[in-house]
Amino acid sequence: MLWTKERPQADLVIRGARVLDPAEDVDATLDVRIDGGTIAALGERLPANGHRVIDGTGLVLAPAFVDPHVHLRTPGREDEETIASGTAAAAAGGYCAILAMPNTDPVVDSAATLGSLAETARREAEVPVGFLAAITRGQGGEELTEMGELADAGAVAFSDDGVPVRSAGLMRRALQYASVTGRPLALHCEEPTLSRGGHVHEGAVAAELGFAGYPSVGESVMVERDLALAAYEDQPVHLLHLSAAESVAALRRAREAGVRGSAEVTPHHLVLTDDAVRSLDSNVKMNPPLRAERDRAALLDALRDGTIEAVATDHAPHARHEKEAPFEAAPFGVTGLETAFAILHTRLVRPGLLPLGTLLERMSAGPARVFGITPPRVAVGAAANLVLLDLAHTWRVGDEPFRSRSQNSWLLGEELMGAPALTVAAGAVVFER
Amino acid sequence: MNAIRLLRDDLRPPAPPPRRHLLSVADLTRDDVERLLGTARTFASSLDRELKKLPTLKGRLIVNLFYESSTRTSSSFELAAKRLSADTLNVKSTGSSVDKGESLKDTALTLGAYDPDVIVIRHPQIGAPQLVARATAAHVVNAGDGKHQHPTQALLDLYTLQQELGRLEGLHVAVVGDVLHSRVARSLVQAFALVGIRCTLVGPPALLPRELGAETTSDIGAIRDADVVYVLRMQSERMQAGANYVPSLREYTARWGITPERLQPGQKVMHPGPMNRGVEIDPRVADSVDSLIDKQVRAGLVVRMAVLYDLLTGGPVGVRALAAAEVA
Repeated sequence: MLWTKERPQADLVIRGARVLDPAEDVDATLDVRIDGGTIAALGERLPANGHRVIDGTGLVLAPAFVDPHVHLRTPGREDEETIASGTAAAAAGGYCAILAMPNTDPVVDSAATLGSLAETARREAEVPVGFLAAITRGQGGEELTEMGELADAGAVAFSDDGVPVRSAGLMRRALQYASVTGRPLALHCEEPTLSRGGHVHEGAVAAELGFAGYPSVGESVMVERDLALAAYEDQPVHLLHLSAAESVAALRRAREAGVRGSAEVTPHHLVLTDDAVRSLDSNVKMNPPLRAERDRAALLDALRDGTIEAVATDHAPHARHEKEAPFEAAPFGVTGLETAFAILHTRLVRPGLLPLGTLLERMSAGPARVFGITPPRVAVGAAANLVLLDLAHTWRVGDEPFRSRSQNSWLLGEELMGAPALTVAAGAVVFER
Repeated sequence: MNAIRLLRDDLRPPAPPPRRHLLSVADLTRDDVERLLGTARTFASSLDRELKKLPTLKGRLIVNLFYESSTRTSSSFELAAKRLSADTLNVKSTGSSVDKGESLKDTALTLGAYDPDVIVIRHPQIGAPQLVARATAAHVVNAGDGKHQHPTQALLDLYTLQQELGRLEGLHVAVVGDVLHSRVARSLVQAFALVGIRCTLVGPPALLPRELGAETTSDIGAIRDADVVYVLRMQSERMQAGANYVPSLREYTARWGITPERLQPGQKVMHPGPMNRGVEIDPRVADSVDSLIDKQVRAGLVVRMAVLYDLLTGGPVGVRALAAAEVA
């Protein structure tokens, strides 16, 4: 279930934009009329009906984005992010829905905690937000949460994100019970005895700089384990933030064999390699770590061919003073909601490495499908969940203050091309530049 | 008689020299290394005089900020500064505000308020010197950061090799031991590549990092044709039961310990200290005529004098060092 605050439903006409909805097979210059938050008409030279008219000439109108992996730091670290600030960042990034991870303090492992989050979201969320609940109590990896009750209370999915489910036996039990809740499991795949607190991909850069290495195989053995269990129990699993070529290969094999495995990839794993760590900048420290060029290439291939269905930011805000520390002492994670489309458009779409339509699908319908959310569509009768994109807009990250409460972006100072000009979420205008 | 004419530019104070750091061997060029070693030789001859103090850095303030225990490095930096007549301030993490949880950035800002010319820092975490360089206006010297770099150690080792073997280019050095956890090894690999020394890394498989860009082998026999065997310190915490880098310390010593029997006649031996006698190095080797270990310690003083002098007065330590400092 998704929650958001009450907003006036939009009456709008967006004129002359290139309407691009790969899932609906639409790519044409059209006017779009929205009546009371619902798409009422698509066509040429639509009458305004007294609605506000927005000139979309030269812009792209697409289904708004869905981010399946965000950390809102609430409850517990509201100094880093709140539901209000995180969803405002999402609105500015072109998102109409985001899903928040349960590794908060306290962990979202009871219906009571989930209920209080839902209540806050109904009061202050700028865009609809859903919550994942933990697989195990306190994410301790020992006992299952009351997944049935949590599902009834509106948990979108279950995840111990941030830590892996170490025990294969417990993972199996969670998969068995998922058939009761009907909610997917979203898995952080990391074999802790191989990652061993590594800060950086085990490769040439870690060897040169002296960092403890987290090898690719530390991720891929857990991917293989979880896909094998999913196959055995015939349950779907969603693999969070894949980083290694071996993990992609395992997923591809499993999908070909009929396993219901889905996966997501972050913008930073699609754009950067461990070479970026040479800067010693703690804003390129994340888990899983940035890996080698062959890993990056494999992730991009998989995103292109649909083996990886979703782009997820893994938006992970951190307090400035905690990131302003030597690399090893700084926490893992970077922000991403406000830059995801712009960086992927700049670095992948513009150079011709990824078709725009594919990117739009993987940022919207792809993740929505995985998590059972109605995919945003540009179609008559659909709720208006739209983003109007100005692909020519050039901007420098950090020049304008972030809507997020945190500034730990790996793109600070970077010049990007492309930005949302307007975001409509659940029928309401939530962002306008 | 010509009247003194003032040019417009004469009235302008001279531009301050660009701030330079010694953060990593990777920032140095071969020219930098040769200049620094040359300066160190000059200082070595000055130390033969009865009055050993030089006025070169009079009035300069050098802060030694040590977050890890150290004998050789901290004492030689302090003595190097004093031999050059600089004022020194020694700050250790224990007994300072670090004990009270002060962050590295805040400690750097505090010490920076005294306008030090140089901050020498040793810290258990990679990149701490870069952070200090960003937070203060001082020249920063990395005296060891985690498992990353120890550039003055590599420079003093090059100095020792050149003095004792008469050349650098074409030498073959075998570096033996726990390469994975050694900042000395990382600096040496880069320094050796810079001056044309062939380097072979020898140690247990789990203690040799993959992809370090040097010859690696677990066969101790590979030290046979090296001119110099450079023994790394075996850190006892890495050898605790359960760490399993090697099955036991005993097995390490049996397979990779440097004994007289494993050395060829005339082969020289080096060690960055502190030694674990009887573990990575047999005491008979440490005390033999072929051991250069005390020479390394002496070299530490003159090389650190050269580094301080070079940063504050000499030619550029390297264009790349500048660039690295600016992006850092």
